[in-house]
Amino acid sequence: MKPTNFDHLSCTPILSEVREAMMPFLSEDIGNPLSRHIFGDRPRKAIEDARAKVAGLISASPEEIIFTSCGSESNNLALKGIAYANAKRRHIIASPIEHHSVIHPLKRLEKQGYEISWLRVDEKGRVSWKELTSLIRNDTALITVTSASNEIGTLEPIKEIGRIAQEKGVIFHTDAVACVGSVPIDVKEMNVDLLSIAGNVFYGPQGTGALYVKSGVMIFPLIEGGIQEGGLRAGTHNVAGIVGMGVAAQIAKEKLLERREYLLNLRDKLIKGILKTIPDCFLTGDQTNRLPNHASFCIKFIEGESILLHLNLKCIAGTSGSTCSSEALKVSHVLESIGIDPIWAQGSVVFTFGIDNRLDEVELFLKELPPIVDRLRMMSPLTKANNIEQFRYKK
Amino acid sequence: MSEGHQFSQYSEKVIDHFTNPRNLGEIKDADGVGEVGNAKCGDVMQLFIKVKDDKIEDAKFKTFGCCAAIATSSMITGMIKGKSLSQLNEVTNQAVAEALGGLPKTKLHCSVLAEDALKAAIGDYYQKRNTKK
Repeated sequence: MKPTNFDHLSCTPILSEVREAMMPFLSEDIGNPLSRHIFGDRPRKAIEDARAKVAGLISASPEEIIFTSCGSESNNLALKGIAYANAKRRHIIASPIEHHSVIHPLKRLEKQGYEISWLRVDEKGRVSWKELTSLIRNDTALITVTSASNEIGTLEPIKEIGRIAQEKGVIFHTDAVACVGSVPIDVKEMNVDLLSIAGNVFYGPQGTGALYVKSGVMIFPLIEGGIQEGGLRAGTHNVAGIVGMGVAAQIAKEKLLERREYLLNLRDKLIKGILKTIPDCFLTGDQTNRLPNHASFCIKFIEGESILLHLNLKCIAGTSGSTCSSEALKVSHVLESIGIDPIWAQGSVVFTFGIDNRLDEVELFLKELPPIVDRLRMMSPLTKANNIEQFRYKK
Repeated sequence: MSEGHQFSQYSEKVIDHFTNPRNLGEIKDADGVGEVGNAKCGDVMQLFIKVKDDKIEDAKFKTFGCCAAIATSSMITGMIKGKSLSQLNEVTNQAVAEALGGLPKTKLHCSVLAEDALKAAIGDYYQKRNTKK
């Protein structure tokens, strides 16, 4: 059976155009873009061409793009890069629903003496931008709010936050990894100073990422060495990867609206279908103001990893924010932040779609899921009739 | 989201017990019931035992939790059936994990939970027997 990938925010397939564009840089055109001899010429030209394409996708200028190895590196570079470049400002404002690659650097900065103010989020996962003004201080170095959480998909009020940040003269970073390629992004219109993206969520290769840094905004590098990326990211370029991300960015820009429409249809059919066929199940995040390729739920009385494993046996891939599906054995901080009862958070499942998904995959999924849920519910001591409070405390 | 999934780390035996759990259900007139874990942390195990002539005559379970929790519940009920009460100390968490062909490191606590459920069920049995007397 052909496997169904409903986990596109982990990884999308590579487009054939992308693969083809990469191939020369894995065979005849091997060379270091920094080399001033003939071997450096094609790679150098290729990465500058890719830089313009990536910039085009988010309406930035090419010189505002720094190539990195992934979205996590972009987030780390943005946060630590800004904090270290503004050593006198020791305060950062952040949302609590950030990706781990934002949360963990923030925790480290906190240990190093930075103070973090956490914005509130409502039960749909929307960050409360109105309280932002009251949190901004003279020593605020940075505001960081994700454009959309990969766990709940809610689109955040980035424009509003950007406007306040600009008025107050505070630098604003957004992790847009989950958005780029399926939601239109215009860094100028959004008033963002830094924006993180990753190639492997818009049909480019893994191991590629970029950070947009607005002209005039100073950051410190994480990796020091050569003068690659204006000295802000030393290390030999991943030429083939960068070229691939460039082509993926160009196609993403051209096909953005078409892809969006296509994904919205799959998303809405799946959300409607699940809510109709599975009792005691609720959507997490906002129903309409969400990523076009994202559907997430809590299925009550059962546990997410068990659901995913049964789906996996049916060749359907998804993900979960439950305690048991995490290596760190912690329930999702995002679900916790939006006030979901940790008992229901155990039944978290997240499905993210891509242009390679077909409507019949959604239909098959909607047939496969209900019996899995029934089976696991039959095994569970938690039921609708039982008072779940008796299972809340450690025995 | 959760940092890294681990389905592929499960042995065939774990998957077998997870997909076809043995001894699933409740025993209405159980002689001992053990309930451990908590739903907030992702697992609750209920173990029911029926005891006759100091032997485990029947054992059943209900479990809320991940694959490892369900598989260890299924395995431990099978391992204790027919055993005398004095033999039950052989059924340790290591023994259950071994019988399943091993568990991923982060899932070993599920086998501890199974052993705890057994201890709790036996404790409940003795308590009920003593109050009867």
